[in-house]
Amino acid sequence: MPQIFHHSTNFISRMSIYGAVLILGGLALALYEIALSPWYTDQNVSREQPVPFSHRHHAGELGIDCRYCHTSVEKSSFAGLPPTQTCMSCHSQIWTNAGMLEPVRASYRDDVSLSWTRVNALPDFVYFDHSIHVNKGIGCTTCHGPIADMPLTYRAASLYMSWCLNCHRQPAEFVRPKSEVFNPYYQPPSHDHPVTAEDGTSFVDQAALGSYLVKEYKIQSLQHCSTCHR
Amino acid sequence: MDPEGSQNTGDSQRQDLLLEPGYTLATVTDKISSIVLTRGTTKGWMLGFGVSFALLMLFNAAVSYLLIRGVGIWGINIPVGWAFAIVNFVWWIGIGHAGTLISAILLLLHQKWRTSINRFAEAMTIFAVACAGMFPLLHMGRPWLFYYLLPYPNPMWMWPQFRSPLVWDVFAVSTYATVSVLFWFVGLIPDLATLRDRAKNRAAQIIYGFLAMGWRGSAVHWSRYETASLLLAGLATPLVVSVHTVVSFDFSIAIVPGWHSTIFPPYFVAGAIYSGFAMVLTLAIPIRKYYQLDDLITMRHLDTMAKVMLATGMIVAYGYMMETFMAFYSGSTYDRFMIMNRMAGPYRVIYWILIACNIAIPQVLWLKNVRRSPLGLFIISLVVNVGMWLERFVIIVVSLHREYLPSKWDMYYPTRWDWATFVGTIGLFLTLFYLFIRFVPMISIVEVRSLVHETEKEQGS
Repeated sequence: MPQIFHHSTNFISRMSIYGAVLILGGLALALYEIALSPWYTDQNVSREQPVPFSHRHHAGELGIDCRYCHTSVEKSSFAGLPPTQTCMSCHSQIWTNAGMLEPVRASYRDDVSLSWTRVNALPDFVYFDHSIHVNKGIGCTTCHGPIADMPLTYRAASLYMSWCLNCHRQPAEFVRPKSEVFNPYYQPPSHDHPVTAEDGTSFVDQAALGSYLVKEYKIQSLQHCSTCHR
Repeated sequence: MDPEGSQNTGDSQRQDLLLEPGYTLATVTDKISSIVLTRGTTKGWMLGFGVSFALLMLFNAAVSYLLIRGVGIWGINIPVGWAFAIVNFVWWIGIGHAGTLISAILLLLHQKWRTSINRFAEAMTIFAVACAGMFPLLHMGRPWLFYYLLPYPNPMWMWPQFRSPLVWDVFAVSTYATVSVLFWFVGLIPDLATLRDRAKNRAAQIIYGFLAMGWRGSAVHWSRYETASLLLAGLATPLVVSVHTVVSFDFSIAIVPGWHSTIFPPYFVAGAIYSGFAMVLTLAIPIRKYYQLDDLITMRHLDTMAKVMLATGMIVAYGYMMETFMAFYSGSTYDRFMIMNRMAGPYRVIYWILIACNIAIPQVLWLKNVRRSPLGLFIISLVVNVGMWLERFVIIVVSLHREYLPSKWDMYYPTRWDWATFVGTIGLFLTLFYLFIRFVPMISIVEVRSLVHETEKEQGS
């Protein structure tokens, strides 16, 4: 009876057993890496905007307070986007002829809002409230990253649930004094830069400060599903 | 009485053989392999396959519509959120258990009568598990998110809820499917090699040759084959008990009256084997008739399977009895109401049909004449299949529709899509089975050959 298969089939079939394991393992790893990559999450990717607004210039170099534009951040779930009038409170006086600002002036003239591209957007099935975070000592930069260093705004976090849970499981590692919430240059306490709480106590490490503030602000580690998925 | 004709009406000693005398190693191989290789595609097969395939397409339509519209097309709602989908899941998964029992436990116990039925009983297991697996997935509403049930590293940092028996189900059923497929395939290898060697056309040689994985029948191969079979049998044995135990936890962990009972695991396992043997008979009797396999699947096989059915049926009957007894003995108002509602509530007709199908009618199996009548056994096996399906309906729907609060009492009625999905999986099962009997030796050539020598010895003595 003639051979059905060439004798190389032995080698190929043995290799295919090991190969299948490697290929499947590699595929799983690749999918996992893709899911975590900026290409998929848009983390650290700047967005095109109708006007190239620079947080670095306004919040950093000029030192304008976050709440000057994001007015409702302490009272509402939504931090708020400024109306064109807020821009024009300065830009009716300075850089009045800058070509870059023409869309702002046009918006003011025609009474049509600027349509910004949303950078940080949570899905609709997630309930998120800015006010409770800000009022419990979670600083803007904890989630929004080094905003005072962003010429064009990008998303500083993946917005994955793991990222939310990382803080909700251990809030003491991230909390800061309420007085520092809107400080875009805030650094966690260290020996060189101690942080002072409202009552004057000075802290040199985050663990001590965190556990003190968690108690002081009555911060709960809310992890129940319905905390965010209501 | 006996529709078999004259060839099986010999003396009782002949009827007790596992293989009719006169077979040699070569004729056994010829007989079984010819069904696949030389007999070709017959008209009867085409007809059966066509009907099954049409039902499979019904399943296709039902599932497509389900994916478009959601589970609202079924009759489920609060309070009966689990209805046909879970009834069918438990029914199908239970049916699979006979295959595992035959192939694993009976192998370890050296029960020779398993040899000619184990191959298609194992195939039945795999196809039944495939049908069963459909239902929890479809019932999820978003089947494409099924992987949420698996513990894998994910960017949500969430594990499945390990305290939920539904997650245990995922592990139990996927383990069961994996072990069953491996066991079946390992057992098939020598037979696939036989088909490879006997096949005349090139495509068949290549396909069977590929699947035979280079089997040459050397002593080393046989020794490894035996070891692998025993190891897999050892792995599969606990599954016979564990899988349906875990399935029963889906119910007994909950506090619903009619579910919250410690008797569930043993009585579910017994029920699974009961319905499984009924399904083996439902499949075996027409097959042996159509393919003239009466010499290989003898009266002794049918008789033994009927006895297993009778025994497991009695265990199930004991389970029903104890459920009823405990409801009154416990003094629990809710349990008492649950039993009274089963027997005299809105679904009472279903309960009494269930008692008739599962307990009353199968008692005729005490009679030797019935156990040795293929037609009679076929009818009883169908009755038990229906009975076991109704049992799950009673447990699931009748318990849910009258829970603690009268304000949430309601009725459940299946819609046409409920039926289409259920009948559709029967189509899936039969389609796979028709393909199996057409392309794979449905009786283990190797194991029946091992009987030839033994039969000769018995004849000689």
